[in-house]
Amino acid sequence: MFQRLPETTSHRADINFTFEGRPLAASQGDSLACALLAAGVVACRTTPATGAARAPYCLMGVCFECLVTIDGIANRQACMVEVTDGMQVTRQTGKREASPSGPRA
Amino acid sequence: MAHASATTTETDIAIIGAGVVGTALGYGLARSGRSVLLLDEGDVALRASRGNFALVWVQGKGLGLPAYARWTRRSADLWPDFATLLESETGIGIHHSRPGGFSLCLSDGELQAQKDEMARLHNQLGHEDYPYEFLDHEATRGRLPDIGPDVAGSIFCPLDGHVNSLKLFRALHAGFQNHGGRYEPDRTVATILPAADGFCIAGHWGEVRARNVILAAGLGNARLAPMVGLHAPVTPNRGHIMVTEKTTPFLHHPVVNVRQTDEGGVMIGDSHEDGASQTGVRRPLASSIAARAISLFPRLADLNIVRIWSALRVMSPDGFPVYQQSQTMPGAFVACCHSGITLAAVHALTLAPAIAAGVLPDETFAPFSGRRFHVPAAA
Repeated sequence: MFQRLPETTSHRADINFTFEGRPLAASQGDSLACALLAAGVVACRTTPATGAARAPYCLMGVCFECLVTIDGIANRQACMVEVTDGMQVTRQTGKREASPSGPRA
Repeated sequence: MAHASATTTETDIAIIGAGVVGTALGYGLARSGRSVLLLDEGDVALRASRGNFALVWVQGKGLGLPAYARWTRRSADLWPDFATLLESETGIGIHHSRPGGFSLCLSDGELQAQKDEMARLHNQLGHEDYPYEFLDHEATRGRLPDIGPDVAGSIFCPLDGHVNSLKLFRALHAGFQNHGGRYEPDRTVATILPAADGFCIAGHWGEVRARNVILAAGLGNARLAPMVGLHAPVTPNRGHIMVTEKTTPFLHHPVVNVRQTDEGGVMIGDSHEDGASQTGVRRPLASSIAARAISLFPRLADLNIVRIWSALRVMSPDGFPVYQQSQTMPGAFVACCHSGITLAAVHALTLAPAIAAGVLPDETFAPFSGRRFHVPAAA
């Protein structure tokens, strides 16, 4: 659906990450949200309110539509995080689970 | 102003202030068939309503004024029927529940101070006892499994509850308009003058002629009340609120300073700063509020805060509400308080009908007259 603009053909696909276990490639400097959109991931989460699917939208940190779980940490804003090599990303399904005893040490 | 006469409107009752107090009164009055106009200041307003914590709260209230404890209890008891009524009239779910609420203490000293205060409250002459329990750490953990090890104990009161206050606010506006009430924004009131058959309320926007006027303008009442022979010397008390991202349900009772909303976010609050005249966020204070909340519920440390804001409570000199009809200009009323959510039910279903009848009966309302602030403080 989304394509990189021709003038940004510096796309090197030098970053490897996974979404739901599926290997994907991105360019260094991509935000995770853009990397997901460019890789054809449309829905990245479901809402806690209705369960409806949602995708990255504002790409500037205000709409909270692009929430994902990154390396085990839930509800991260994918548009505010730069994609890195080896990143493991999964869907944010509904509400975040918090550990009853607080954060992992 | 030249254009003022061109925009004169007439109404039976004008309410100045369309926060949760003004709107609850407007809803109650419109239900009783009166023609009501809500004059709202607009987005520059201080709007204590946006700082509310959405509690419908009884425990601990009324030390120094048993009538306030009774008034609060009465509203909390009316709330279930009020919620049903509002939902059935508007179709808006407001998520009221009354599972009982806790105050959690982080030391034995804090717990003892709370016990002493509850004992003083219940020993007052004229106080109507209500049920509450003291629970130690183990007993508290039996009902709130997620408390941290530093919680010394708690007070539990089965009369306490909470609501979705955003939905409440929306439902009050919808209910008000369903009953024919009219709402006008950007109506900062400059003057209220006696007129032939009531009052003339004016501002840069024009003027309104009303047979009755109700001041429900929160902190603005301090300025407006003397225009109609009333006295409401309210001052601001700032409170911070923060809210976490939505998380799976873990907290099934409201705690006085931590509650999980029906949508999953956790609200954290309960700071009190006198003398602050502006909203805004003080980071060190926000940090200490968050640290205390984490001591109460360690799982909160795992969650992101998504918003922090502050608002100004409407505080009278003794902290109790002011309800009064003007003696010198009958037909003018004042209503202000800091617990507009808790009192929404009694405002809509008891105070509004009394205003509609033109009399605030002494047995209920005399203790809340603004005249009490004229009495020199006794030694």
